[in-house]
Amino acid sequence: MKKTLAMHEESTSRRKSDDNVQDGAVPAYLLDRDNTTRAKVLSNTIKQKRKEKAGKWDVPLPKVRPVAEDEMFKVVRSGKRKTKQWKRMVTKATFVGPGFTRKPPKYERFIRPTGLRFTKAHVTHPELKCTFNLEIIGVKKNPNGPMYTSLGVITKGTIIEVNVSELGLVTPAGKVVWGKYAQVTNNPENDGCINAVLLV
Amino acid sequence: MVEEKSEMVNNVMCLLTDPDGAPIGAPMYLPQNATPQHLTQIVNKLLNHEEKLPYSFYISDEELLVPLETYLQKNKVSVEKALPIVCQPQAIFRIRPVNRCSATISGHAEAVLSVAFSPDGRQLASGSGDTTVRFWDLGTQTPLYTCTGHKNWVLCIAWSPDGKHLVSGSKTGELICWDPQTGKSLGNPLIGHKKWITGISWEPVHLNAPCRRFVSASKDGDARIWDVSLKKCVMCLSGHTLAITCVKWGGDGVIYTGSQDCTIKVWETTQGKLIRELKGHGHWVNSLALSTEYVLRTGAFDHTGKQYSSPEEMKKVALERYQAMRGNAPERLVSGSDDFTMFLWEPFINKHPKTRMTGHQQLVNHVYFSPDGQWVASASFDKSVKLWNGTTGKFVAAFRGHVGPVYQISWSADSRLLLSGSKDSTLKVWDIRTRKLKQDLPGHADEVFSVDWSPDGEKVASGGKDKVLKLWMG
Repeated sequence: MKKTLAMHEESTSRRKSDDNVQDGAVPAYLLDRDNTTRAKVLSNTIKQKRKEKAGKWDVPLPKVRPVAEDEMFKVVRSGKRKTKQWKRMVTKATFVGPGFTRKPPKYERFIRPTGLRFTKAHVTHPELKCTFNLEIIGVKKNPNGPMYTSLGVITKGTIIEVNVSELGLVTPAGKVVWGKYAQVTNNPENDGCINAVLLV
Repeated sequence: MVEEKSEMVNNVMCLLTDPDGAPIGAPMYLPQNATPQHLTQIVNKLLNHEEKLPYSFYISDEELLVPLETYLQKNKVSVEKALPIVCQPQAIFRIRPVNRCSATISGHAEAVLSVAFSPDGRQLASGSGDTTVRFWDLGTQTPLYTCTGHKNWVLCIAWSPDGKHLVSGSKTGELICWDPQTGKSLGNPLIGHKKWITGISWEPVHLNAPCRRFVSASKDGDARIWDVSLKKCVMCLSGHTLAITCVKWGGDGVIYTGSQDCTIKVWETTQGKLIRELKGHGHWVNSLALSTEYVLRTGAFDHTGKQYSSPEEMKKVALERYQAMRGNAPERLVSGSDDFTMFLWEPFINKHPKTRMTGHQQLVNHVYFSPDGQWVASASFDKSVKLWNGTTGKFVAAFRGHVGPVYQISWSADSRLLLSGSKDSTLKVWDIRTRKLKQDLPGHADEVFSVDWSPDGEKVASGGKDKVLKLWMG
């Protein structure tokens, strides 16, 4: 009862609203616009120094489940009597690059099917929490081994390089950043798309 | 006449005109190997100038940089008619382009929202999100005064054209007047607006000296004229239905206000009545620019750095400068809008726009006439800065290079260099003659909200989200 009375009193009394000074001051021409908060310029020197001290290759997924060779490759039998078994077909997502030309089919050992080739990845910025569809430039490192890195196989935990020119990032020296690393967070062969998180 | 037709190589009939179209001399024969330097000598002789003033020459809006012969051959211009050559006087002084950051001064606790040099270029003030206005000493490049008093972010600051007062407006709608010599406020905050202040403009010094009145625009839709010596609001110009985004006090004694209700209203200042309404935009009007803006801002001060003691002297000199700048043409107004276009108006002649300037692919945030009134530059969120002809409104050049929306631009005092600050944390200096990037000024750690080039051309100041003020020098 006391509480309801107090509540009623609150509503009738007029109080001067105290305008707290908020963070994130913007000039007058930006006040009526809701701008999505943009990524802070990368390589803030203090942040950089901290990162260098902590660990050079701190990645979001430090450990991934190892993928065995028989899971990665499917044996393709060839030859007149189908007895030769030296060919392998990759069963995981791959990236081949724009200028890729196959070796002569008779001699290629690793077959990368076009259905499993990807050019774009859905990359999430960890601070902005928004996702962009960015082109892949290349596969930097696959944790399962250097052979998979050279083949361009993309599995969970792979570090890929993506084209970030549409984000408009600039280094303190004034140069425009166009490529950054990202780590894959899903199993692309199961989902049909590559989801990755940007490494800032 | 026979000479003209048979010898198509040696002489050309030319008619030299000044920017308004009036011919300087009679049509005359000029040898085809005449270079712009020769033409400058001829013009100086015709106008009886004792000192040689620099000129630039334009034939059908294209600048003449090579001897006439080369130009004629390239463009296959007929020599039967007199060739009109427009002579544009250029500033006698030349500003050096800034290329290095001479100082990074920290002091503000929050983002720097606006920076402004005083009209004589000797003092610098900045307003910030930490509710203070700070004055900075340009000689030692250190903070001079910190002025507290506002209750919320300081959104706009404006120097009076005689350099004696600084007014700042905040997010709560109050305005405070400061004395730049002592750093103290002159009286209580001026209250009247109900929402935040979006723009402040002083009355030109040639209309009234010493400077007493200024107009402030607010989100609540009205503009108020205040008197600094009486310390109260003398007039309230209401009429806009939505927020006023930009206000300018024109040289003829009228006030232009641009608003989010897509109109621009022209008010007269004695009674506060609406003279004209300029309709045409399809979306918010973001920014206004007047052809005589730079002269109104600097008042009696120019590049010579002369100081004046009495207000009457200042008024006389300011009036002379204003008349010289304006000439016979009416005042021109350019408005930039959210509908991606700009309009060029001549408000005293017609209530319909003279030209529609299209080309931007995103909203136009800031438009600015060059100090000599020859060019208009526009900064847009489509990451480009575009240059337009100041009299006709025709598109001249686009400056691309920024990777983020361009927020603000500023001209150098000789109109040869243009500076732009952007969300991508860089400032870029563009050369007007070559129409290319002159200098890239990286260094800010975050978005650049405000840039200003000092009227004496020595320094550039920029402030932004990273809370530091950077001074750049040539």
